[in-house]
Amino acid sequence: MHKARSWLTKNFTVVRLAAAVLIGVLFAMAVITLISDDPAAAISKLFTGPLQSKRRFGNVIELMIPLTFAGLSITVMFAANQFNMGAEGAFYAGGAVAALVALNMPLPAFAHPAAAILAGGLIGGVTCLTAGALKVKWGTSELVTSLMLNYVMYYLFKYILFTGSGLKDPDCGYVATYKLPGTAVLPRIIQGTRIHAGLIVTALAVALIYVYMKHTKWGYELKLTGENQKFARYSGIGVGGVILASQFIGGVIGGTGGAVQVLGMYERFQWVSLPGYGFDGVIVAILARKNPLFVPVAAFFLAYLRIGSDAMSSSTDVTNEIISIIQSIIILFVSAKVFLEAYRQRMVVKEAVEHE
Amino acid sequence: MNEAMSYIFSFGFIHSILRVTTPILFATLGSVVAERAGTANIALEAIMLFSALGGALGSGLTGSLWIGFLLALASGLLITAILGVFALRLKADIILSGIALNLLGTGGTVFIMYTIIQDKGNTSSIATQVFPNWSIPVLDGIPVLGDILSGHNALTYLAFLMVFLVWGLLFKTRLGLRIRSVGENLHAAESVGIHVQRIQWLALLISGFLTSLGGAFMSMGYMNGFGQNMVSGRGFIALAAASMGQLHPVGGMLAALIFGTADAVSNVLAAARIPDEIVKMIPYVATIIGLVAFSILTRHKEQRRRQVTKAES
Repeated sequence: MHKARSWLTKNFTVVRLAAAVLIGVLFAMAVITLISDDPAAAISKLFTGPLQSKRRFGNVIELMIPLTFAGLSITVMFAANQFNMGAEGAFYAGGAVAALVALNMPLPAFAHPAAAILAGGLIGGVTCLTAGALKVKWGTSELVTSLMLNYVMYYLFKYILFTGSGLKDPDCGYVATYKLPGTAVLPRIIQGTRIHAGLIVTALAVALIYVYMKHTKWGYELKLTGENQKFARYSGIGVGGVILASQFIGGVIGGTGGAVQVLGMYERFQWVSLPGYGFDGVIVAILARKNPLFVPVAAFFLAYLRIGSDAMSSSTDVTNEIISIIQSIIILFVSAKVFLEAYRQRMVVKEAVEHE
Repeated sequence: MNEAMSYIFSFGFIHSILRVTTPILFATLGSVVAERAGTANIALEAIMLFSALGGALGSGLTGSLWIGFLLALASGLLITAILGVFALRLKADIILSGIALNLLGTGGTVFIMYTIIQDKGNTSSIATQVFPNWSIPVLDGIPVLGDILSGHNALTYLAFLMVFLVWGLLFKTRLGLRIRSVGENLHAAESVGIHVQRIQWLALLISGFLTSLGGAFMSMGYMNGFGQNMVSGRGFIALAAASMGQLHPVGGMLAALIFGTADAVSNVLAAARIPDEIVKMIPYVATIIGLVAFSILTRHKEQRRRQVTKAES
């Protein structure tokens, strides 16, 4: 009893996180019960849908890849205490530029996707760096400019891919470019699913960001800058440079994610709207509690729910947008400082009394 | 192209600027009031989406314009209240809460629309009631002014009227004074006995009310019904307009008019066979340029002030 209680107070943030997730899920279940003709079927599809076939579970891992990139991107950028939402634009631009490289630069097998991903990462970095630089140089709100930049990048690259470059395939039944050449696409690595070599790039990105944030001088400076900018400045840290670097790196991760997604999952470039991964990154980052190593876990959780809700919406009368309700409830409760605070205090007091 | 150019210099064009400015202006005023009380209402986008949906569904299902209007306001205020509960009561980061609500706005409105009318795209299956266009009796007869100012949607007139009401509220009432003092220095306000949280609640709700009017206009005036993601960043543009207008209602109105003009130009150019994507980029690019120009200006002013105080001492 003692031990359990002291574990709970020590790991209070974990308890809160679990409670927030539970509230989100329970609320969704209540809504489903209210609106569905067959709530039991819908709820069971939501939670067990991803486990029903190898293909479905494969979908979870496939979706986990872009969500991990998005979560890492936001984790790095928010670590500098910058609300840079440019990951969304970085994703789209990264995917688009990767497709441009894939379609226009004939390269041998291994170098082709590498060049495309690098170019995609670079444009993503530039996107997020722009918002960061405007903030550092002139104090322009990075939140607003990055949101505006998302639309600019989206329309710009949509125009280039489907109109300006002449790469649109007129014989394709939907709006898309010509087929990406076989040398550029990322190969499948697990049979019976669409899981592709991008998973390896994802693991690499997690490792790199983990080392950058937790085991380098730059990561330490980033942490200090994010926690208390004034203090960091007085300790002699070049705060501006630290912020710029983190926004650029975050953007590169976002752009890389877009590139990997396009080269791994599609035959052609076919994004006719913003893919939304940038915003998903916020919830992944919040669930991972600023720790890059937890990002894939959080991404897996969100991907699992998403695929579950797809399974639910394809076979029952509940639509998959219910996921957005769960997501926002989780963000709201996790960021609420007072949520469960009274409970924590009671526990701390009890513990102190028992120790006397 | 020439036709487009000649249209841009016509009175009809100015008329259309006022029309497309309307939703941005409502949300800008909403942002001004909230920011003045030190509460950053980032959820403008979600509030507009939900109120637009509320208006479309309410009026479409009952056939009553006013029930639609009330449901629009209620939906927008509900989202604002959620923001208030989490940001003010549960001490959540108000920016993160706003981001969460905006996520809810995009998916949640589609979820509700699908649940109620089994359509994910728009509400065209039900007949949304629309606010009437008013031609102003005497004004209507005056050549130039009549072309520009008469025949607008009732809510467009309300939007510009609100500029002065909000100005009056902020600068001519006790509540306005309290809102401004809470925003300027929370602790000082508290120390003279102002109930800070109550003032912030009021400011947020007023902000949500104003923004909901913009949402109601989107589905019951600007368009005839709700469409998936129909607000498309106007809430964010309003954030930019409010800060460019230095959180003053009149300044905010001028900034909103600039973005409205960019929006109206893009509507005209779309008709002139300029690529769709390039045209649609215009309001967003204009917002970024405007914001940056404004920040540079503020920086310079600050630096000059600092130099002056240095020279004096």
